[in-house]
Amino acid sequence: MSQLAYVAPSSPEEAATALAATGARPLSGGTDLLVQLRAGRVKPDVIVDLKRVAGAIGIREEAGGYVIGGATSGAVLGEHVGLVRAWPGVVEGANLIGSTQVQGRASLAGNLCNASPAADGVPALIAARATCVIVGPNGRREAPVEAIATGPGQTSLSPGEFILEFRLPPRPARASDAYLRLIPRTEMDIAVAGVGVNLVLDAQGRVAQAHVALGAVAPTALLVAEAGAALVGGRLDEASLAAMEAAARAACRPISDKRGTANYRTRIAGVLARRAALIAFARAGGQL
Amino acid sequence: MSKAHVTTTVNGDPVEFLATPGMTLLDALRDELNLTGAKEGCGSGDCGACSVTVDGRLVCSCLVLAPEVEGRRVTTIEGMAQGGQLHMLQQKFLEHAALQCGFCTPGFLVAAKALLDVNPDPTETETRYWLAGNLCRCTGYDKIIRAVMDAAAELRQEKIA
Ligand SMILES: Cc1cc2nc3c(=O)[nH]c(=O)nc-3n(C[C@H](O)[C@H](O)[C@H](O)COP(=O)(O)OP(=O)(O)OC[C@H]3O[C@@H](n4cnc5c(N)ncnc54)[C@H](O)[C@@H]3O)c2cc1C
Ligand code: FES
Ligand code: FES
Repeated sequence: MSQLAYVAPSSPEEAATALAATGARPLSGGTDLLVQLRAGRVKPDVIVDLKRVAGAIGIREEAGGYVIGGATSGAVLGEHVGLVRAWPGVVEGANLIGSTQVQGRASLAGNLCNASPAADGVPALIAARATCVIVGPNGRREAPVEAIATGPGQTSLSPGEFILEFRLPPRPARASDAYLRLIPRTEMDIAVAGVGVNLVLDAQGRVAQAHVALGAVAPTALLVAEAGAALVGGRLDEASLAAMEAAARAACRPISDKRGTANYRTRIAGVLARRAALIAFARAGGQL
Repeated sequence: MSKAHVTTTVNGDPVEFLATPGMTLLDALRDELNLTGAKEGCGSGDCGACSVTVDGRLVCSCLVLAPEVEGRRVTTIEGMAQGGQLHMLQQKFLEHAALQCGFCTPGFLVAAKALLDVNPDPTETETRYWLAGNLCRCTGYDKIIRAVMDAAAELRQEKIA
């Protein structure tokens, strides 16, 4: 660690320049990075702290949708009344990360870019159809959240690029979301499976749009289009729920480890998808 | 590699120190500022023995780089008792025998105070979840929870009086 420098730029452009140097690494809340640094698993030369970059922290409304600074902590997300009302599932995913102390620091950009298959903040963001605003040495680009992680610990970001913010689409009336995970204990553990479901209902209370994303059952979180499609047009009747569950399970490609076998993970993913859909439906004002 | 000069506020006092590369806030507090109340139990965010607040937010100081607190407000267990008068939480930890070796105690106290600052009337379940990131290897959690609940009740009484 003896060569480790620390910089805290204030503009996105300065941050991209600093990150373009070899051995540079972005820092948001540090709840993954500091653990890896201290264990000697990563050996950066420069830490680029993004928390003072304009726009990296905070929540604002723009063009009818919410914009979340990439480095905003889970605690701040949970305290934002408007965001919680519009996107309870996105917030509950972020708020499941770690303890109160971890919540004081842990961010969605860090959760996504650490690229753990079990990252709790990611499935609900994908189901929300959120995009990332990525800043790099060549300017800005926007990409869907599911395009970032490419495998455990791997992302599609180029050297110098970082996530400045997340954009959530405008929220119509009669829409809501939910995130559920299963862990072997009640707190402080890694998901066996996690599911985010995002629903928009029509004026008759039928599902007009549905998005289902799964975590911890494949090398990256998955958007399962067939699972969402199975819910469209109905009011979560048993047949559509069963079809959704089957589609979710069919998409699972999990590993077996001490938290659960591949079979168990696949089964649980279906159960959680059903429960999360029912919660999102009720939150959206749907009547079974 | 040069050391970083850091200016910050700890328990209301302006302080300055030199941070060596990779130094955490916990290291800075203990080794540079001689505030040894915060403890290193794990160094990986799991035990909460290093709990402090930064700009009012509860964090693990083992997972904060020292230069990150430039210009911020840090509070530690050393800032809890006022003028030799123990905080109600500290008093109640003594009364309920909520500590044995005491290694986890500063972290529990700082975390419990952060809870009561935002929620003066927490349920037992809320308290247990809030403190889930603080581990105790000897006392057991019941006495700790009882001490926090009692302190909260007493502080609410004081407020009414
Ligand atoms: C005790 C404990 C419990 C935990 N429990 C959970 C849990 O229940 N669920 C869960 O999902 N995770 C958990 N985690 C892991 C971690 O807290 C989360 O992944 C968290 O969201 C990481 O966010 P961060 O801001 O702290 O990231 P950092 O540690 O700052 O960064 C993580 C990675 O992303 C990179 N990065 C950071 N910001 C950006 C950016 N803006 N653009 C590009 N790259 C970036 C960093 O270089 C690093 O590689 C836990 C961690 C601890 C210590
Ligand atoms: S020493 Fe920081 S959480 Fe254990
Ligand atoms: S009193 Fe010893 S660890 Fe808690």
